Amino acid sequence: MNLALRFPPKNPLSDASLLALRRNQGIWLVAAAFVTLIAHFSTLPWWVMAFCTALLIWRGERMWRGKTAPPRWVLPPLALLGAIGVQLDVGQLVGKTPGVILLAMLLCFKLLETRNMRDIIVATFLCFFLQFSLFFSNQSLPSALLSIIALLVTLGAIIALSDPASSTRERWRVSATLIVQGIPFMLVLFVLFPRAIAPLWGVPSDAQAKTGLSDSMSPGTISNMILSDELAFTVEFDGLPPLPADRYWRGPVMSYFDGQTWHMVTRPQSSLPAYTPSGRRFSYRILLEPSQQHWLPALDFPAGPIEGAHFTYDYQALSQTPVNSRRQFRLTSFPQTAVGQKEQPWVIEMSRRLPAQGNPRTRELAARLKADSPRQTIKQIIDWLIQARFTYTLQPPLSENDSVDFFLFESRMGFCEHFASSFVFLARAAGIPARVVTGYQGGRINPISHIFTVRQSDAHAWAEIWISEQGWVRIDPTALAAPQRIDQGLEGSVESGLPFMLRPQFAWLRQMRDQWESLAVQWNRWVVSFDGKRQRSLLESMGLESFSAQKAFGIAAIAIVLLVAAFYAWIQLKRHNTGRDALDRAWARFSSRLAAFGLARAPAEGPLDYAKRISSARPEDADVLNLICTRYACLRYRLPPSRAEIDELAQTIQSLQFKT
Amino acid sequence: MSAAAQNVAAFRARLRTLLRFGPGSPETAPILLRQGRIYLLPTKPGIALGVILVVMLVASINYSLSLGYAFTFLLAGTGVSSVLHAFRNLLQISIQCGRVESAFPGGNVVFHLLIDNPHPQRRPSLRLIGGLAGQKGETSFSLAPASRSEIQLALPAVRRGVLPLNRTVIETRWPLGLVRAWSVIFPNMEALVFPTPENNPPPPLPSSGESLTDWGLLRAGNEDFAGLRTWLETDSPRHLAWKVYARGGEMMTKQFSASGGGDLLLNWDDLPAELSEEARLSRLAAWLLQAEHAGQRTALRMPECDFPAARGEAHLYRCLGALALHGTGRIPP
Repeated sequence: MNLALRFPPKNPLSDASLLALRRNQGIWLVAAAFVTLIAHFSTLPWWVMAFCTALLIWRGERMWRGKTAPPRWVLPPLALLGAIGVQLDVGQLVGKTPGVILLAMLLCFKLLETRNMRDIIVATFLCFFLQFSLFFSNQSLPSALLSIIALLVTLGAIIALSDPASSTRERWRVSATLIVQGIPFMLVLFVLFPRAIAPLWGVPSDAQAKTGLSDSMSPGTISNMILSDELAFTVEFDGLPPLPADRYWRGPVMSYFDGQTWHMVTRPQSSLPAYTPSGRRFSYRILLEPSQQHWLPALDFPAGPIEGAHFTYDYQALSQTPVNSRRQFRLTSFPQTAVGQKEQPWVIEMSRRLPAQGNPRTRELAARLKADSPRQTIKQIIDWLIQARFTYTLQPPLSENDSVDFFLFESRMGFCEHFASSFVFLARAAGIPARVVTGYQGGRINPISHIFTVRQSDAHAWAEIWISEQGWVRIDPTALAAPQRIDQGLEGSVESGLPFMLRPQFAWLRQMRDQWESLAVQWNRWVVSFDGKRQRSLLESMGLESFSAQKAFGIAAIAIVLLVAAFYAWIQLKRHNTGRDALDRAWARFSSRLAAFGLARAPAEGPLDYAKRISSARPEDADVLNLICTRYACLRYRLPPSRAEIDELAQTIQSLQFKT
Repeated sequence: MSAAAQNVAAFRARLRTLLRFGPGSPETAPILLRQGRIYLLPTKPGIALGVILVVMLVASINYSLSLGYAFTFLLAGTGVSSVLHAFRNLLQISIQCGRVESAFPGGNVVFHLLIDNPHPQRRPSLRLIGGLAGQKGETSFSLAPASRSEIQLALPAVRRGVLPLNRTVIETRWPLGLVRAWSVIFPNMEALVFPTPENNPPPPLPSSGESLTDWGLLRAGNEDFAGLRTWLETDSPRHLAWKVYARGGEMMTKQFSASGGGDLLLNWDDLPAELSEEARLSRLAAWLLQAEHAGQRTALRMPECDFPAARGEAHLYRCLGALALHGTGRIPP
């Protein structure tokens, strides 16, 4: 036993080095928090972003100058300030939106008070939570990418903490390796984890009110929607899409007019429509954006039954549950179907009713235009509308009490809602049953993916009249004033005040958007709207008959075991090719190169003896031969050899030039 | 009943050996960390992340967030992958015993372990934890790719005697700190804890048959002046370097090299009978140190062994080692 009398310092390499947040670790942590906040730029109010960024900069700057966390007393006032801000801005402290804001602030506060390892771990877990909560508001492809980047930096921060000696490159590498190795695991569970259909508890209804169809219509309702460029739904037709003139997507139908506003009249729904579909058929898949409403804007007239949807007496399709997340439906529509030939009397009666008073000039006009047959009367009305030369505009002058009179006789400027409303009023005043239908008209075909996109700006209102034996007939009064609205869409008919993207001169931008959207549609279809139904059909198409939750768990378990086994095999395989072998290989190569001169190394010959022998045999190369042998001896017998040194020696042996 | 109790006891004993709780018998080096002896369990943050994942999953189900599911599963997959990384961080490490530094009580004994990393990857954030309760020592280190490193594990020296490096844990929480991977090893290493040297010991008793005249210094027949050293209170005034002092210098003591004739013999049996065993060992240790300090040849006679007169560090350690081993039933080398 070799004893040495020395008194080493107590625990020279203690764990304390981990506890102090050093500059090159702290920067990772602050960066992780910052990237996580950046990912939330579209959901967090600007003042929260500014507040949090300021706090992070303060923390980062203190850390950079080697200072510790700021004193504890600064936190309560800052937290109070933040809470007051949330209360003033959002109006409440509970719910999804204030929750995310408070989480973001909490992360910054946590970083301000990081003193030990536990604080740091809590901060990184808060980062994970924020990255997750991004998907409450936005499940698009960019937000998924942002979230993964934030995850990458956060994992890097944890690695920086657990291995302070690692280089920046190594941190990136390990973090990326962990994520890449997590992806197969994620895919298996994503596909196989049984998706619940109903929520576990009621979804809090603090989802923001969005632009979209509503159950009433007054002047301005639709022209407000038109200003929004938001996507309403996408449609994928199995074959050719219908002609532009047939692209009417039926939303709420308004039958009751109170003199100012049109209202829906609700009645019990049925699973089958009140008509028999006939004529040309169009099969398609419709993917609704979340609207928080029941509307299922189907192309006129969908065949029933539709899974998860019902029909109303006025031919609307309604989803049974509000569309809170992207929902997909498979529909078949028959635009040529004759509807309402045997309409119930109360519907006809209701569709004739007008308020007792108001709009006297219109009533007078209706009496004047009334002809012998309803068909004649309608023709008279249409003729009158055409000759009156109306202007189709997004900014009609505001009407007073008698809105229909004002539009027809004074301003003569209006939007589809004015046209539809006035037409139905005229028809009813002339004794013809009529009603207003709202919904969407048109839509754009993406030339790349052939997918139809319908936006809020495609919102429209038209009229339906009832003629005995013929049933309900669609009449679009807007088409009379601005026919191009139907053929070319909104941008062809209105010049100014259009959303940026809809302006004709930005065609190239639109094309780029088309490409992006076709990608986004695939993303939405395969990832975002992957639900229980899609899961079942995917697994059944893979040959898994009668899919059940138990089976899914079983398969997932097997798949995960296989994955872990694959990782294990990877670990075992990666063990080879060590640096020592490289040194031996280089040394063997040196000997074999010298064997050409009959100077191979004897099995028991040490490197220095060998050097003596070969340098005396080849004095002209003695310098370099001696050098190689000495280097080898150093690397072999001195500890520890570094990979770079071994590589350098191998390189010297490789490039060795013998004289003569 | 007693048979059942016996079975339980046998089972617990087997479990102890299997799970390597408590002390065990030393292993032969090199100790290779194979997969069978690497254990994995989640840490507190790991359990916390598990809870967070469940919360995220429930939120995903409730709000039917497809990407919520995806993120939850990705994070879980990353965690699983980190378990394998932790496992791999220990796999195929081999440990050999290096030298051992013994110490006096109050100091640290240091075990040098030679740890081999055959992989071409770096092994970060490893920890060695050794020692029994109350005497634990730990050290953090990382291993360079394809290299052998010498790692020092210091344990506090408390009581005189043999301090074996028994149950030692090598562990890692790298990369995410979610799991702890560890392996228990029993390196065949032991250090000696010498007796505490007595403060201000009395001069050694004259040994029978030896011409010992004075403690601390022994004059041989022909004075062999060896040099000067700083004066200590215990030094005899006869050896004060008066000339140096008279010139206005420091108080220095003249040193003379000891010669064969005047060796110091320290005999266990000559110590006063009223001294306890530990007190005797302390006194002997103090004398040995003083003699070595003074450059005097010493012989040590213990009940178990007999060291002929010699000097130098090696001799001193051998003698101190013999004192450390006294009463342990082990014969010093």
